[in-house]
Amino acid sequence: MTKINIRTARREAGFPSSWRWIAIAALRALIVILCVTTAVFFLIRIVPGDPAKMILGEYATDESIAALRHTLGLDLSLWEQFMRFVRTLFTQGDTGNSIVSGVSVRELIAARTPVTLLLIALACVLAIAFSLVLAVLAATNKDKLLDHLIRVFPAITLGMPVFWVGLLLILLFGVRLHWFPVGGVKEGWSGMLYSLTLPAITVAFSQIPTLVRSLRAQMLDVLESDFVVTLRAARIPRRVILFKHVLRNAALPTLMLFGVNLSYLIGGTLVVEQVFGIKGIGSLLFTSISSRDFPVIQGIALYCAVAVVAIGLLVDIVAWWLDPRTKEKR
Amino acid sequence: MFAMKINDLPLNSEIAAGTETESLLPPNPKSSGQRGWSRARRIPALIAGSIMMLLLILAAILIPWLSPYDPITQDLSAFLQPPSAQHWLGTDQLGRDLFTRLIYAARTDLGIMVLAEIIPFVSGIAIGMLAGYYGGWVNTVVSLVTDTFIAFPFYLIVIIVAFASGAGAQGIYITFMLVGWIVFARVSRGLTASLRQQEWVASAQTLGLPGWQILLRHLLPNILPQAVVVLMTDMVGVLVAIVTLGYLGIGIAPPTPDWGTMIADGQSFMTTAWWLSAVPGFAVVYTGISLSLIGDGLSDLWRRKS
Repeated sequence: MTKINIRTARREAGFPSSWRWIAIAALRALIVILCVTTAVFFLIRIVPGDPAKMILGEYATDESIAALRHTLGLDLSLWEQFMRFVRTLFTQGDTGNSIVSGVSVRELIAARTPVTLLLIALACVLAIAFSLVLAVLAATNKDKLLDHLIRVFPAITLGMPVFWVGLLLILLFGVRLHWFPVGGVKEGWSGMLYSLTLPAITVAFSQIPTLVRSLRAQMLDVLESDFVVTLRAARIPRRVILFKHVLRNAALPTLMLFGVNLSYLIGGTLVVEQVFGIKGIGSLLFTSISSRDFPVIQGIALYCAVAVVAIGLLVDIVAWWLDPRTKEKR
Repeated sequence: MFAMKINDLPLNSEIAAGTETESLLPPNPKSSGQRGWSRARRIPALIAGSIMMLLLILAAILIPWLSPYDPITQDLSAFLQPPSAQHWLGTDQLGRDLFTRLIYAARTDLGIMVLAEIIPFVSGIAIGMLAGYYGGWVNTVVSLVTDTFIAFPFYLIVIIVAFASGAGAQGIYITFMLVGWIVFARVSRGLTASLRQQEWVASAQTLGLPGWQILLRHLLPNILPQAVVVLMTDMVGVLVAIVTLGYLGIGIAPPTPDWGTMIADGQSFMTTAWWLSAVPGFAVVYTGISLSLIGDGLSDLWRRKS
């Protein structure tokens, strides 16, 4: 049997080499971040409403407003403001200081990051755990009552606003059963975990239906494939087939989907923070929006863009690494 | 816009499998239009969804005659009443009848939902078809833009754009004009690109048919069904976004009834009058289920045909 050199075959078929592939992906990511930052910069400045007027209140004199506008750099042309913004971004890695509090945006965001990150991480773990269980149950009970119930689930949850789900959970587990706090975040790691459980379930809830649907379909595909039939014929225990062979092969497309949906999950987190009164990135965004605090809004958008793009890149690399069809033989 | 929903849909492969590869004539979706109704009757999802939607629309149209109350006038002597014979769902913190406001809010929210989707639907299909048919740099730019938007937190975009374009319905229209077309562009780009490989397109090109004629008369009718199915799912997302913006205070401004602001107003009374927040949410879920059922039913209907 002739041995095929996968590396040459891939190159001949027009696939880019690994390093080139990663470089292209990184370049694309960089372009996305730049586009988002520029778009957000111009978008938030079209808004009617003057931050200087907002800080000084209704009765401020025209001179004091003009003076504040000058110190904030708001009297410059849009283009000059943009150049100044780009300069700060590249020299200090920051989007400036908050107009309202004067604190560096980077510090403001850094202070809010731990809670939000913990919430996102917790939501991811819950979403994956629930999806795995439900998808395995649905796929192994295909066309039985349980499968139908699990499949009806997405049609119902699709129209559920995430903040409303949060409110219902507060009502049931907070107000009625007193299992979890109604809002806010307790001190310490265990306190944080405890008070973030309900918000995390809320965020995860919006992701589970899509993941279950994808994983179930993938599992059924694999279950019907020839190699599973062979394994069955070889009397390999059902449990081993399911968890060692089927799940491993079915998980990859769902992982990719999860990577794409993570951006959606992050957006949902911002809203859910508002429902539960969590002082994270989301609540920072809303207070900055109501006070027209441009640099902070800008900073959050940049921060989210970087986070989402980095996660996307990571998922791409992991998937590419895991998929035996693109992996090189060692 | 809703990346997760697109990924669920059976796209190119299914459509490509459904069309006859051997044929030199385009599959004509209109050929069996008369029998459409009798076929539609056999799809329970479509029937159930349409009935649910019709009921809601009827209620929204007839509400001035159904209810003696006004959705905006306050009656502070009757605030926070529990459900009763006079007030079917009780009253809110300003003494307004909850049921009346709920149905008036359907007018607001459904109206905005439909209007906000018209321009994105048309422009998205146009952009996607052009990119898919002609390829080249148009395709590169469109795919870069759609990838950028899809990779970015949807609610962050919506919140920033809605804030930038001012509160109220106008802001919502602008927001979805900017971001709503992407989902349709993605779908129609993929479909057009796969249909372009079919032999009947090549034969039309050989016959010297101009590009716009192939696009409008032959490709569009084959793309529209899938796009309408996506539209149904996407409308649910738009409705949820409208309600979320209302909840966050950057959507419909009070006192205009809107499910989102109603949920937000009720939040302070969770312990005493939980239904104030819960009921408007159920209205959103009801609408969502009926649209999903219609979407599922339509995709069933068109799949059976081919």
